[in-house]
Amino acid sequence: MNFVYEKLMGGKQGFFGFLILATLILVIFPVFLDIFRLNLVGKYLTYAFAAVSLVLLWGYGGILSLGQGVFFGLGGYGMAMFLKLEASSAENTKIQSTPGIPDFMDWNQITSLPWFWEPFNSLTLTIIAILVLPALFAFIIGAAMFKRRVGGVYFAIITQVIAVILTILIVGQQGFTGGINGITDLRTLNGWDITSDNAKYIFYFLNAFLLLVVIVISRFILTSKFGSLLLAIRDKEDRVRFSGYDVSNFKIFIFSFSAMVSAIGGAMFTLQVGFMSPSFVGIVPSIEMVIFCAIGGRMSLIGAVYGTLLINFGKTTFSETFPELWLFLMGGLFISVVMFFPNGLAGIWNDYGHHITDRLPFGKKPKKVESTQSVEEKADESTA
Amino acid sequence: MDSNTDFTLAIEDLTVSFDGFKAVDSLNFYLDENELHVVIGPNGAGKTTVLDLICGKTKSTSGSIKFLNKELTKMSEHQIVNEGVGRKFQTPSIYENLSVLENLEISYPHGRGVYGSLMFKRSDEVLSKIKEIANEIMLQDDLETEAGLLSHGQKQWLEIGMLLIQDPQLLMLDEPVAGMSVKEREQTADLLKKICKGRSVLVIEHDMEFVERIAHKVTVLHQGKILATGNMEEVQKDPKVIEVYLGH
Repeated sequence: MNFVYEKLMGGKQGFFGFLILATLILVIFPVFLDIFRLNLVGKYLTYAFAAVSLVLLWGYGGILSLGQGVFFGLGGYGMAMFLKLEASSAENTKIQSTPGIPDFMDWNQITSLPWFWEPFNSLTLTIIAILVLPALFAFIIGAAMFKRRVGGVYFAIITQVIAVILTILIVGQQGFTGGINGITDLRTLNGWDITSDNAKYIFYFLNAFLLLVVIVISRFILTSKFGSLLLAIRDKEDRVRFSGYDVSNFKIFIFSFSAMVSAIGGAMFTLQVGFMSPSFVGIVPSIEMVIFCAIGGRMSLIGAVYGTLLINFGKTTFSETFPELWLFLMGGLFISVVMFFPNGLAGIWNDYGHHITDRLPFGKKPKKVESTQSVEEKADESTA
Repeated sequence: MDSNTDFTLAIEDLTVSFDGFKAVDSLNFYLDENELHVVIGPNGAGKTTVLDLICGKTKSTSGSIKFLNKELTKMSEHQIVNEGVGRKFQTPSIYENLSVLENLEISYPHGRGVYGSLMFKRSDEVLSKIKEIANEIMLQDDLETEAGLLSHGQKQWLEIGMLLIQDPQLLMLDEPVAGMSVKEREQTADLLKKICKGRSVLVIEHDMEFVERIAHKVTVLHQGKILATGNMEEVQKDPKVIEVYLGH
């Protein structure tokens, strides 16, 4: 029990923060929102996977990846490929010149299913691919970069370039990927209609549950010695190296793990939204993910979820009324958070939240935005 | 191997050049077991470069560095540490955001792999070792303090402690008393005398009074070459040393 409490929840504060988040997304949203809005929240929560992965990678590890959209996209495309193959049965596509392959392949004069699409006929292989391929891809990039000690802004630029390359590749290879339109018209999963309200509810809860599991696993990583090492590497890489650690292995691991987490988010995105396109792969979504994380608090796993929700609610509200202004507003918000509240919402809560909690009748009440309080306070003090 | 020696550290014919400038030039240097050896010399003499070469931060152009008869020049930094070489940097290099305890824990020589660090347990054995080291470096009452809040001198001690917990055979300290008060210097001298038992210690220092207090042997480095080696008295009398370093 003690293990669960300390290592998986992060002590009392982490536990209450986790409980409140779980209540919010598992009970309050489903009770008060209609299925259309709930589905929208579900979509936002898939971005939260990427934001949480950036807390580990960027907040703790100090490795800024401007390419989390790549992994989000790989996960999303993996799921979309499976669903598309199911939607392209010979019966459904009998009007095509080659029945049984996805429609966009037929439009591009491709006459047989490319080899790399074959494994996506199986749901098991698809799930394995979603979990393994993005992590493997990150492992290769990470090994190539970190073993050569490429870091900091250079790493950020390279990940951004990879995001561009992947987008261009997807758009250019229309016959294999569906091009700029992406993979659309996804209907069933093993014969089960994924567009029904029932399916949307189930996917929402599955998504929320997986997100909470990811947070618990991430908390375990951060409370282990690995977590202290991440901070140590961020602040004094040389010292860690001269304490006998092969620093690159730790960076590669956390980069691969963050890729896997983002990919799970991408797969859940495809399931809930019903399509996947290159616009969720490139630079813009990748940077948006960094903004979600920064605004939520890059040192707080749970803060990152709130940051994602807040920005996306804002985006939906404002882009309906002032579509042109939204991007400026988000940019401005990002700059002011970085300048004035480097620890984001979680930092603000930790600094000022006690004014609210102290007035409550039960004294110190659970905190809404949890974080690894101690680390953040330390960060504040050291910057003060 | 025919070139094996009884020395803890044997540097032979070591040269490193940066764009033609020889920062260390055909250096020969030997360090005995249990020896506390101080390297002095004017700025730019190549003192820190020698430490960088030993611990693998800088790669040599030619020559050999043998630690307990193992060649270090081809190893990576963390391998060298695992062989038993510890190095303290010139400015205190500690993890300011972590507590003293965590600083020492990270330096504890177990769980150095990715999996090992995820599964690392703060066992009684680890804790008692940490407490033992904290006692030695006079930080036993500050285990929970954030390292960033320590005084400058305490930070220096903490970094020494982080090396001690690895129990290295060779300990290298780059200006350990820089910026310390007189009392802290005395305490550090006592600390160094205590920790050089059972291991070799290589110190770079400018403070001659401090050097006199601790050194078994002194080497004077000048322009990448050794000017003189011997005990403090011999070195201080050496006319070449007086000329370039100590002054008249």
